[in-house]
Amino acid sequence: MTSDGTAGETGVKCASRETACLSHVRVIGIGNEWRGDDAVGLLAARRLQGVLGDRAEVVEAGVTGVELLELMKGAGTVFLIDAVRSGQAPGTIHRLDASAGPIAPALFPRSTHAVGVAEVLELARTLGVLPKQVVVYGIEAGDTEVGHSLSPQVSHALNEVIELVRRETDASPCTNSIS
Amino acid sequence: MKGQEGNNPEEAKTRTIAVGAIARVEGEGALRVTVKDGAVQDVELRIFEPPRFFEAFLQGRHYHEVPDIVARICGICPVAYQMSAVHAIERIFGLHVEGSLRELRRLIYCGEWIESHALHVYMLQAPDFLGYESGIAMAKDHAGVVTRGLRIKKAGNAIMTLLGGRSVHPVSVKVGGFSRVPRRRELDNLKDELLWARDAVVETVRWVTAFDYPEFAPDYTCVALRHPDEYPFNEGRIAAGNGPDISVDAFEQHFTEHQVPYSNALQCALQGAPYLVGPLARINLNHDRLPPPVTQVLADTGVSLPLRNPFHGIVARSIEMLYALEESLRVIERYEPPSEPSLPVTVRAGTGMACTEAPRGILYHRYRVDGDGIIREAKIVPPTSQNQGRIEEDLRLFLPRVLNRSNEEASLACERVIRCYDPCISCATHFLKLEIQRDQ
Repeated sequence: MTSDGTAGETGVKCASRETACLSHVRVIGIGNEWRGDDAVGLLAARRLQGVLGDRAEVVEAGVTGVELLELMKGAGTVFLIDAVRSGQAPGTIHRLDASAGPIAPALFPRSTHAVGVAEVLELARTLGVLPKQVVVYGIEAGDTEVGHSLSPQVSHALNEVIELVRRETDASPCTNSIS
Repeated sequence: MKGQEGNNPEEAKTRTIAVGAIARVEGEGALRVTVKDGAVQDVELRIFEPPRFFEAFLQGRHYHEVPDIVARICGICPVAYQMSAVHAIERIFGLHVEGSLRELRRLIYCGEWIESHALHVYMLQAPDFLGYESGIAMAKDHAGVVTRGLRIKKAGNAIMTLLGGRSVHPVSVKVGGFSRVPRRRELDNLKDELLWARDAVVETVRWVTAFDYPEFAPDYTCVALRHPDEYPFNEGRIAAGNGPDISVDAFEQHFTEHQVPYSNALQCALQGAPYLVGPLARINLNHDRLPPPVTQVLADTGVSLPLRNPFHGIVARSIEMLYALEESLRVIERYEPPSEPSLPVTVRAGTGMACTEAPRGILYHRYRVDGDGIIREAKIVPPTSQNQGRIEEDLRLFLPRVLNRSNEEASLACERVIRCYDPCISCATHFLKLEIQRDQ
């Protein structure tokens, strides 16, 4: 279940069928795999690589900040997956449409990320380099201690997010051609 | 000050204000300031240290896993962690990485300095001087300047990507050298962008030297590596102001860590007193190692060394970016690929330590390895915990100037002081909350 009830809505649109697909889809997973639930975005990307095949380019971004600007470059549609912290129950999934407007910076923990995801997206918007469609999946983190593994709630949410992203990319009318 | 506070009956009560995470500081932490009778009583910077957890996490791991594990302690300075780790372990194994491999290690470190300093100068600290609440707000009015900063940062990132094997966590650094070294042509491909960045950084130095700086000059003991010929990255003895010249082996005899009750981080002191590490300390102790093209820019822009004002950290970072670009171009120009990407390793038991210059200051590692190459003990002292005492001291000195302002304004002023240090709290702390408690 997502916090805004919009899961499954497709965020992938193809601007032109005649030319190459303009909606190059990229999935970017962010997180620190040594810090418990903070790894969830990274692990989602790792698993989505096999699930999505050539429907999307998948990037394991690790601990990243402003570098996101570069990682999003050239994509028409971006799915960002990251751990968030807003005080809700661990494992809660937030689906946020960053194309529509700013997303809440307070959601994203600063602990391992240079500059928060929300801030980088706003920087991209300000500089006019925000991809056309940016969907952020934020998974509420619980335990982020170094050396711990994912908590059961976040492991469950991980499976759910993989399915949600798969459905969204399935709904895409075109596929990427990734060389 | 007392009278000003007492004028407002509301301010006569105890007030505690939490302003949330301190903006533009990497990571998380907490600062608590107690004010009594208009005077600063206590300044407590509370930080939590993942390196402490990593020290335990490394025990029982094979030595060749160490560079990959320590690279994940900090998203901003993975190369620094890798460099201190491999140099410490190489000392145990009796390895001396020289020639082109040594040069490549300087080059990858240049990449990290450029990247880290560009982020801090443009996105984190410049907004303080230009009156913006964030780099994003600044980008609305100064898109060209921010784009320039991001492009400089990208030039540093390109070095790290080429030498480190990927853009986020470098994977090719290993004990004995690299898992892969670049071809000449690959390094040559970086040159045009580095030349552009060098010119852009000269502009950066001009830009930051024109900012208005508050008058503030605490008496610092500067601590940095010092090498006989080079501006330091991976080698040298530890210079401490006008005090002792310290061998890296003797680090723990001179620099002692102690627990403070309000933080789970250990604070580091030199003979019981706070000291300064990082770009300001490094440039003050090593400016005679800067090459002529850099000293010429210093002369042209009227920068006079040593720098004593912590707010001038942005100037020191800009100058070091220029140095790192000059050094990168020098290494690339003279590069001859080594015959092998790494030296053969013979495992032997022992203890080794190393200190290298992370973007934020000296980073000390010590490892004890057994005869099978398994890590039995690890110790990591990051720059931010070394600067922690110095940050508190600066706040104690600076706070009296802003105590007559609202809590919000005083908090913002504290944030600005803290940001001067570019505290890499992702390697030293969790969420930073600022709290001012006023007791009358």
